[in-house]
Amino acid sequence: MADQEKQYIIVHSAKYETTYTKKYLNRKVWEEPNFNLIKSYIPGTIIDVLVKEGQVLKGGDSIIVLEAMKMYNDVQMPFKGKILKINIEKGQKIPKNFVMIEIEPMV
Amino acid sequence: MSLKRSILDLRKRKDEVRLGGGEEAIEKQAAMGKLTARERILAIVDEGSFHEYDMFVEHAGTDFDMGNKVLAGDGVVIGTGTIYGSPVCLFAQDFTVAGGSLGLSHARKITKIMDHALKMRVPLIGINDSGGARIQEGVNSLAGYGEIFFRNTLSSGVIPQISVILGPCAGGAVYSPALTDFVFVVENISKMFITGPAVIKSVLGEDISMEALGGARVHAEITGNAHFYALSEKECFEQIKTLITYIPWNNTQKAKSFPPQEPKTKLKIENIVPADARMPYDIRDIIKSITDASEFFEIMELFAANIVIGFGRMNGETVGFVANQPMVLAGVLDCDSSDKAARFIRYCNAFNIPIITLEDMPGYLPGVDQEHAGVIRHGAKILYSYSEATVPKITVIIRKAYGGGYIAMNSRHLRADFVFAWPTAEIAVMGPEGAANIVFRKEIAEAANPEAMRQQKIQEYKDKFANPYVAASKGYIDEVIEPQETRKILLHALQISTHKDVPAPAKKHGLPPF
Repeated sequence: MADQEKQYIIVHSAKYETTYTKKYLNRKVWEEPNFNLIKSYIPGTIIDVLVKEGQVLKGGDSIIVLEAMKMYNDVQMPFKGKILKINIEKGQKIPKNFVMIEIEPMV
Repeated sequence: MSLKRSILDLRKRKDEVRLGGGEEAIEKQAAMGKLTARERILAIVDEGSFHEYDMFVEHAGTDFDMGNKVLAGDGVVIGTGTIYGSPVCLFAQDFTVAGGSLGLSHARKITKIMDHALKMRVPLIGINDSGGARIQEGVNSLAGYGEIFFRNTLSSGVIPQISVILGPCAGGAVYSPALTDFVFVVENISKMFITGPAVIKSVLGEDISMEALGGARVHAEITGNAHFYALSEKECFEQIKTLITYIPWNNTQKAKSFPPQEPKTKLKIENIVPADARMPYDIRDIIKSITDASEFFEIMELFAANIVIGFGRMNGETVGFVANQPMVLAGVLDCDSSDKAARFIRYCNAFNIPIITLEDMPGYLPGVDQEHAGVIRHGAKILYSYSEATVPKITVIIRKAYGGGYIAMNSRHLRADFVFAWPTAEIAVMGPEGAANIVFRKEIAEAANPEAMRQQKIQEYKDKFANPYVAASKGYIDEVIEPQETRKILLHALQISTHKDVPAPAKKHGLPPF
């Protein structure tokens, strides 16, 4: 550890010299969630895309069928809005947190 | 058959079983750097002490043409032996026989030796090296696992349970080790996961090797599933034998006493700790300057290294140490370190091992990841474990004891028996920097030179509160001691606590926040 660069942790305004753990260095940095991006909450396969770009839908309308863990999951509009962009197609395998559809909220 | 012939026949039968899956399978095992199941047991127990049972048990499979197959001992070795004279029950899965797969008879052999260990109140050591459930035996395999998990739980806190992962241990099989007290892993040999790389790749598209997913290092450093990490099976067996010397046979006994020894280290205890509370040092140097022969047997060395746990001896008796580690993440409490310490405290309490707490920590680790990972409920585990523990509990505050951390680290308020502090101790609601910013906010903001005023106020707060004497004036600490007196005072406190007896309200069990 001696030849490492000095590392610090700040707790209650005091700066302590110390070393980081691998887990600390790899921790996830929090980001403000963007509710206009419909992301996959689980990795899976797109069974069906039920909407088209430009379409206006209300909250709760089904937009995608995503198969994951042997289950057909119904992905819905979180609120009333317009479909801006569709980044997926039928049969596509997607990882977790993949931006499937971008929407624009409407009142 | 004459007696001589029947003896020869018996020997032949035993030799056949001892050959396990045959020469070829044994060679394959050796090529992977692995010993066979029996070799492993013999490497752990005292020479000539091992007795094997159920050698002639046959497997119970009838479907898929299994009826005609012979599986030596059904892929598992069970028996009893001694380690430095202490009795133990053992089982070892034999990977050379049907990949160590677990069928009904295999499981029954394991549960038989588990029942025996619990009945005899002696430690259980399980060596895992198995491909998993024997698919041909279907739900009988699952039943077998369930019976094992149930016994792990029943024995928990009664007899020490040790799991050694010396091969694959995947799917449901991982839950037996997870339910035991100590898990040993070996680099390149141990593999533990619920879902393997092949399935993860086909379902999720994530490409990861077995080693990177669930290898020894991963479990020792990242997941916290393993307590001891070794580079070879030989090193692992030495670790197991050492552990056995520190723990009792069961929860009604004390660990074995050894002849008392003075610390070996020439380190001067007062030279280890920098005066500046913001500078790091290795808390293990303090532990080693206190313990008999300067020996410290660290547990979970790589996981949550911001807290150090392990066994040492004081005047020949086993003691559990819990110590903040300023060298790593400034010694803060966080989700992982709370989890690690809490489980160890409960282990010590269950097995009559006094706990010495060495404190030097600035508080809890700030961050969204920590808050969202549940640092509240994880942190609460430390409070719970210390409060619940009735074994002798002694705290030495070395430097910083701030805020919630001060309360959590076996404070007087959680029923510590003795709380000592070095003159360098700073016992306060938070560090001087943070406190000055809040208490003197107005003065600092209105000053002509706010930074100079801030420094002045920090110094004022430091002089007044960053010491052990405020807490001492309220009786929250029992004595302010000179660093070089630490061992002597700890020995005295331990001696006074020998027959400690505190009543607890009757209950079925508590509800720790896990």
